[in-house]
Amino acid sequence: MGLILSILTGVLYAAAIYLLLRRSIVKMILGIIFLGNATNVLVFVSGGLTKASPAFIAEGQQVAAEHIADPLPQALILTAIVISFGIIAFSLALMYRFYKITGTDDLDDVTEEDEV
Amino acid sequence: MSNLLLLPVIVPLATVLILLLAHGRKWLQQIIGIGGIALQFTVAVWIFVVVNSQGIQVIQLGSWPAPFGITFVADLFSSIMLMVAALIGLMTAIYAMPTISDNRQRFSYYPLVNAMLMGVNGAFLTGDVFNLYVWFEVMIMASFVLLTLGGSRQQMNGAIKYVAMNLVASMLFLAGIGLLYGQAGTLNMADLALKIRASDDAFLLNSSAMLFFVAFSLKAALFPFFFWLPASYPTAPMAITAFFSGLLTKVGVYALIRFFTLFFVQNQSFWHPLLLWAGGITMLVGVLTAASQYDMRRILSFHIISQIGYIIMGLGLFTVAGIAGAIYYMVHNIVAKANTFLVAGMVYKLRGTYDLKAISGLYKNYPLVALLFVIPAMGLAGVPPFSGFVGKLMLVVAGFEAEKWVITGVALLVGLFTLFSMVKIWNEGFWKKHTGNDASDNKKLPVAMLVPVAILALITILLGVAAEPVVELCMRAAHQLIDPSSYIEAVLGKQY
Repeated sequence: MGLILSILTGVLYAAAIYLLLRRSIVKMILGIIFLGNATNVLVFVSGGLTKASPAFIAEGQQVAAEHIADPLPQALILTAIVISFGIIAFSLALMYRFYKITGTDDLDDVTEEDEV
Repeated sequence: MSNLLLLPVIVPLATVLILLLAHGRKWLQQIIGIGGIALQFTVAVWIFVVVNSQGIQVIQLGSWPAPFGITFVADLFSSIMLMVAALIGLMTAIYAMPTISDNRQRFSYYPLVNAMLMGVNGAFLTGDVFNLYVWFEVMIMASFVLLTLGGSRQQMNGAIKYVAMNLVASMLFLAGIGLLYGQAGTLNMADLALKIRASDDAFLLNSSAMLFFVAFSLKAALFPFFFWLPASYPTAPMAITAFFSGLLTKVGVYALIRFFTLFFVQNQSFWHPLLLWAGGITMLVGVLTAASQYDMRRILSFHIISQIGYIIMGLGLFTVAGIAGAIYYMVHNIVAKANTFLVAGMVYKLRGTYDLKAISGLYKNYPLVALLFVIPAMGLAGVPPFSGFVGKLMLVVAGFEAEKWVITGVALLVGLFTLFSMVKIWNEGFWKKHTGNDASDNKKLPVAMLVPVAILALITILLGVAAEPVVELCMRAAHQLIDPSSYIEAVLGKQY
């Protein structure tokens, strides 16, 4: 399982970087989505994959009776997913504004020379 | 335990909420927005006084003991940064009153500035690596909106670069957190410091340390990750650019200093030369590119980059004197840099352009503006008696003491080039004979523009003239950073 997820992480990162390097903003935003998901899987894998029960302790006991899985990486990923959700919503709005103002999706059509 | 540490987050949060209720009313927005930041500044000074007299303050959120819960920690370094951040927020917010368009002030400017300050304050206070990531996101989300609102063609161009680079940096940061947790099993900074210092195979941590280094370098605009900054910063209104120049990159630098003094102290023979190289090249590239520019905003933006190099040099030296120099330089630079941008905004108000070739003769017609420019500009260049001189002196002395000749030589050379750039602005903009019509040259600047600039200029002078107590303070802050035992003890308690 760890090996499959590691390969998946690599593939996602590769796809993300390829997309980020494109000139089209839509593809760039897709790249950011991929990058976010790749990172989430990375956090999940590097937190250690254990086959164990959820982190609950039975009533009246001080410690868990059996081996429990580490809940922290999942909590981290959950937070990261929520944040990237907001970021993607913003990026899409920004892309729409960019298209409305410049009339293009291609980043190279807008250069710094426009400033002068 | 001190609930005081929550106020730098709660005050701006409450301000944002109240501001949203006062949606659309400009005067109400101004009063509440600026009042909120003023309150925040008071809180920051209060925290500083407490930390200065009683030592490091800690609060465990929700009373979950460290390292399990989230910890807020205020040592001298973070409390100094809190004060400076609130000061810059306050000054730029006052400056914004007559300069930012009515529509922005009515709806978005003040809530966003307060939201960004909340993120900045949280980042300075938190003692948990993942929590730092969350505060970074709060900060950059607010900065995204501040930068993209309005939206001319070139602003969109800069904004896309800024957003993309920051998001990539955030993801690298998060990946670093994942690897760090996998290797160390904790995310509490004090606990990490303890574990990594005790560990034998800290070499493995280099992968996550490198991810953090790249992520923070992107945010701090360190070489070779600086190109987004001059593309995006100059496009925003001046009050916002000044606010960004003072704070955004410096939060990245703060995180670098915090991480690389507290827990990434393994493999020093690899990291410190890397930091010195990065700092040195950043300085040189920033200052040389600035020399070829003729737009005031772009010159100043490139100078942000070169000044970051000085702070990183102090970190790379990794001596008490070096870190103290870095802290002093950071305070000086935030104040002086924001101020030069604010003066550039004045020039724009008077002449309607930032192009140095078109601006001229300001000295004759507006001697006060000339005076207000010369103070922060000479401060940046490091001319005595202003603050930059003391900062550069501290770093250069620290460099010689550490026998790092090359970087010290570079620092001195870059100081000369900085002076060249500032003199160029002075010659072209202020001294050169005005070719246009002199009769129109009697505009009056609003008091709300003059006051913040004058206050910041006064601080630049005071930091230079009365340097002794400030330097002594920076030395103590640097001691706390180099020897983190008091930090660890404050967070984890005596029993560790």
